[in-house]
Amino acid sequence: MHLKMRFCSPVVAFASFFALVQAPLSSQAAGEKKLEVFSWWTSGGEAAALDALFTVYKKQYPGVEIINATVAGGGGSAARPVLQTRLAGGNPPDTWQSHPGWELLGQYVEPGYCEAITELYQSDGWDKAFPKALVDLMTKDGKTYGVLAGVHRGNDLWFNKQLLEKNGITVGDTMSFDQFFAACDKLKAAGIPALGVGDSGIWASAQLFENTLLGVVGGQGWIDLFGGKMKWDDPKVKEAMKYFAKMQDYLNPDHSALSWDQAIGALIEGKVAFSSMGDWADGEFIKANKKENVDFGWVSHPGTDGSFIIVADGFTLAKGAPHKDATIAWLKSIGSKEAQEAFNPLKGSIPARTDVDKSKFDGYHQWSMKSFATNTLLPSCVHGEAAPAAFQQALNDAVTAFIVDKNVDNFANALVQAAKESESNK
Amino acid sequence: MFVDAKPFMPTANLQVSHSGRTQAQPKRKRISGERILPPLILVPSMAAIITFVYVFILITVWVSLSRWGTLRIDWRLRDPLFQAYVQMFAMPRWHADLRNVLVFTVLFLSVSIGFGLLLALLLDRRLLGYTLFRNIFLFPYALSFIVTGIAWRWIFNPETGINLLFDGLGINRWLVSIGSAPFRPGWTTDPGVLFSINDSLGHIFPAVRNLSVHLGIPIALIPVVVAASWQLTGFAMSMYIAGLATVPNELREAARIDGATEFQVYTKVVLPLLRPVTVSTAIILGHVSLKIFDLIFAMTGVGPGFATDVPGIFVFDMTFKATRYNLGAAASIVMLLLVAIVIVPYLWRNLRRN
Repeated sequence: MHLKMRFCSPVVAFASFFALVQAPLSSQAAGEKKLEVFSWWTSGGEAAALDALFTVYKKQYPGVEIINATVAGGGGSAARPVLQTRLAGGNPPDTWQSHPGWELLGQYVEPGYCEAITELYQSDGWDKAFPKALVDLMTKDGKTYGVLAGVHRGNDLWFNKQLLEKNGITVGDTMSFDQFFAACDKLKAAGIPALGVGDSGIWASAQLFENTLLGVVGGQGWIDLFGGKMKWDDPKVKEAMKYFAKMQDYLNPDHSALSWDQAIGALIEGKVAFSSMGDWADGEFIKANKKENVDFGWVSHPGTDGSFIIVADGFTLAKGAPHKDATIAWLKSIGSKEAQEAFNPLKGSIPARTDVDKSKFDGYHQWSMKSFATNTLLPSCVHGEAAPAAFQQALNDAVTAFIVDKNVDNFANALVQAAKESESNK
Repeated sequence: MFVDAKPFMPTANLQVSHSGRTQAQPKRKRISGERILPPLILVPSMAAIITFVYVFILITVWVSLSRWGTLRIDWRLRDPLFQAYVQMFAMPRWHADLRNVLVFTVLFLSVSIGFGLLLALLLDRRLLGYTLFRNIFLFPYALSFIVTGIAWRWIFNPETGINLLFDGLGINRWLVSIGSAPFRPGWTTDPGVLFSINDSLGHIFPAVRNLSVHLGIPIALIPVVVAASWQLTGFAMSMYIAGLATVPNELREAARIDGATEFQVYTKVVLPLLRPVTVSTAIILGHVSLKIFDLIFAMTGVGPGFATDVPGIFVFDMTFKATRYNLGAAASIVMLLLVAIVIVPYLWRNLRRN
């Protein structure tokens, strides 16, 4: 129904209408032991991971009935409209899935849809268990508004190890742009598209650009760029755009018809050699029964060694949550060691806590945990953490245009303009 | 008939014209109960239509002028007032959207009405298997646009779809053997634009030269036109079959007696009589086409370089992904105006005739 709505105001009015109808119902329900969890985790591994959170919660807080309000659709494309409608209509779920950073603080906290849970960080010892850079991404004016269930690493470059070996390419512990393009040239000469991308939902290309950008500007540059100290038409940014344009020469020709997981599938089949993707890709290799460091391998995206782009999943406490006590218990449960250890191996992410039992994780995730503990932690823009949603969309749009026209000046100007506009929208 | 058309406006208009008729009639009747009853019955639906259509249109106009650019609802007006529209018409993506929706509408209407008429005329001859073929041609219309979009996305995938057929049939082997390149189009992945008129139009309007969007036919849009026409040609055909049934046999016979050839019977007698059907079909398909969202969302998304992006997807992205509610509202108002350009003259004509 929501997809078909042509006007946004009817949505809001319908929501308010239903909010009015439901208001007496939910106040009655406040006495009952219920908890409504809103997320878009419906695909195999994600749904299993969410279920693991429910199992731990039920064990820790028996007698609460969980309402699992999931809306299917990749990356929450269908879920977000539903969530936004419910929030605007004053009928929030008790808790919902959110990335930290801008999405949480700018989108949900600023308009007053969330309640702070700062005291849980002291009472449950989370201030010592979670890295400070991570907690800062959920903190505004000294108040913290969410708890993270797990962390993905965004800046990974995956490769088909056997295909590279066949072509006489070895990958060390790190990779520079020169090494990367040398490998690409070799593969191109052998008639293999070196870089697999599946950008039918354009974000996969935006992520390739994001990783390349970080590779050029570095961790400090990243902070300056999103803090407004560095401009989007800075020579360094333009250099990254040129690298990104060069990468387009090595792409699989059908990239705009594939989704990201189909691109990983092409990598597994040996049709492409590399793919720059967050570590949710790891699950695809495991599903295909591929062995790490035998069939496939990974390295930080060129130039990004020492940086860790966070793509984290957390949960909130709604202001006016119908079942507040059960929700606080839910957040306490998510922050517990037990839940983090149960959730993350299934989701393919690493725990946000740094004090968990590492032996429960595979080789890739132990590597990622080490990187998480020692690297500079940076928010992702493509996943809504580093900049407002309006800028995130503008970046996607600018990337869509750039892939075709490869005009660096237009690309840079579009981002400068978008930064200005999203600043005025704040 | 409106199953796929999502009758937001049309139902409203049907109801309005209906009420116009009932108001005109009771004047002569003296019994007060009969006078009051029709308006009384109509009041609830009128109230609902006024609220849920016209008031909401006004709210949408207001939102498009407001500062509501994040999830915080902000009804205050913007200064300058039309900034959302100015920003939108400066976006290359919006230029591409307007180009795409116009090109799509023209191609889709010509193909589906052209083939619809052709099929109807063939069936008009009542050849063997008339009922069977009529149903076969109409079947695609029973599907939803989402199903059509996904099926045709697979067909036009350059690596796994129809291109394998060209290989399998040996067409490519033959092409290579005569020394030309194999035929492997990129279909929905091709960002190219055919018949770009930027240069020639630039002589008349120099501003066109500054557009980053090529005005022409985006190649990736052609498979979408094929899919949409495949689905709705059957609908156009059934409209024409109904229209052909109303052409009196006497007229055809009279034409034959006067010495008209069978071809002339169609071009001089039948086709002119079918003109109202063509107009109705064009209006119905036209507003489906201007508002199209689901087919393209399922089949290609925004496409390479916005080659298949349309205003409907723009509204969805800007409203719910970018949370720029004012921009999304502005785009939906422009969509409403586009549809109004098509529908209002038609309604006006109908109202005058009644």
